[in-house]
Amino acid sequence: MIAYEVVSNPSVTSLLDLVAFAPQEEVGNPQGLVSILLKSIFVENILLAFFLGMCSYLAVSKRVDSSLGLGIAVIFVLGLTVPLNWVIEAYVLRPGALAWAGMPDSDLSYLRFLTYIATIAAAVQIVEMAVDKFSPKLYAALGIFLPLIAVNCAILGSSLFMEQRKYDFVQSVVFGLGSGTGWMLAIVSMAAIRWKLRTAHIPAPLKGLGITFITTGLVAMAFMTFSGI
Amino acid sequence: MTATATPKTKPLFGADEKKAILDPLWDNNPIALQVLGICSALAVTTKLDAALVMGAGVTAVTAASNVIISLIRNLIPSKIRIIVQLVVVSGAVIAVDQVLRAYMFDLSKQLSVFIGLIITNCIVMGRLEAYAMQNPPGRSLLDGIGNGLGYAWILAVVGAIREIFGSGKLLGMQVVPQGLYEAGYVNNGLMVLAPGAFILLGVIVWVQRAISGYVEK
Repeated sequence: MIAYEVVSNPSVTSLLDLVAFAPQEEVGNPQGLVSILLKSIFVENILLAFFLGMCSYLAVSKRVDSSLGLGIAVIFVLGLTVPLNWVIEAYVLRPGALAWAGMPDSDLSYLRFLTYIATIAAAVQIVEMAVDKFSPKLYAALGIFLPLIAVNCAILGSSLFMEQRKYDFVQSVVFGLGSGTGWMLAIVSMAAIRWKLRTAHIPAPLKGLGITFITTGLVAMAFMTFSGI
Repeated sequence: MTATATPKTKPLFGADEKKAILDPLWDNNPIALQVLGICSALAVTTKLDAALVMGAGVTAVTAASNVIISLIRNLIPSKIRIIVQLVVVSGAVIAVDQVLRAYMFDLSKQLSVFIGLIITNCIVMGRLEAYAMQNPPGRSLLDGIGNGLGYAWILAVVGAIREIFGSGKLLGMQVVPQGLYEAGYVNNGLMVLAPGAFILLGVIVWVQRAISGYVEK
């Protein structure tokens, strides 16, 4: 009954209502959702085309299982923080976004970086605590990777791209999940390659970082062939 | 840290200070040896001017946040130090971003999200954790500048090579002579794209390590 009342109340301010009545100055991006998803996974892969998240990529891609764990954690956090930052952008930061609070000529967009990174750090912390409480098994698998993610530039980068490309709410959810999936694909395939490379004969100064970069370049070249889709 | 007892009056610019600023330039280079801050090293280096501005921005942010964190290092509770560091760094990055927008609008458009991404550049956080949390402000400043410059010169080299071979120009001026094009020379399109950047940085790391003699494990 209560739920029914809430739904039938026209002045309800649930998250979905907020989304439906978002201040839309621009018509929005005409791209379809499927195209955004495919693009963010393959063509504009956040790691191989924009070089984001390289640090943890280089550090963790030595083993397949741990890179899979980190990949899943990244998908999760991206799917959460990109839409979250969209909501903050639309209702707090954008010029005129505070109209709902009676301040129509506010412009807080210079606080964007600080707000985004704070949101991400807080979201990661909350996710970590929630996972620890409700699923200790998942926490044992993801636990060590979650704090690392707060300073993974793929996370902040996706939020900044979302703002720059003027995605709407649904598009930003799809974009977040797609970017995360693309990142995971890249790191898992790289981990598999590095596992094989362990036994290869490589000139001593090229070992480690050097050969990883060159291999990543070849993987990136392979991903570029998707650009015809 | 050193075996010799520290003298009462330390020289203003002693061995520690010299080490702080010179080490990161070559022996302990942030990109080639510490493997920090790779993301932007690749993304902004299609042209030399963008690479130079990015290098300057990172140097300013590393130096400023190193000093600030070092000043308040004894006041920060260790549990929330990451958040405190992030806030200080984003403050510095916002300042850099606003300056770029005011004085170099075109370049700041070109660097787009990558100025914001200085916040998560591992060099900044890495130096805060590893150096500024334990050392006094003066030396932290030098360490910040040193690491920023160690990062900037690699960026400049990558940017110069990619611009020369990718578009035949340097800082926007034609350097590959027209006669060469007429003789059938073509720009290497791969250099401007992502794979070229990866492979080039791999080769630079190789050269740097071959000279400095560092071998991974």
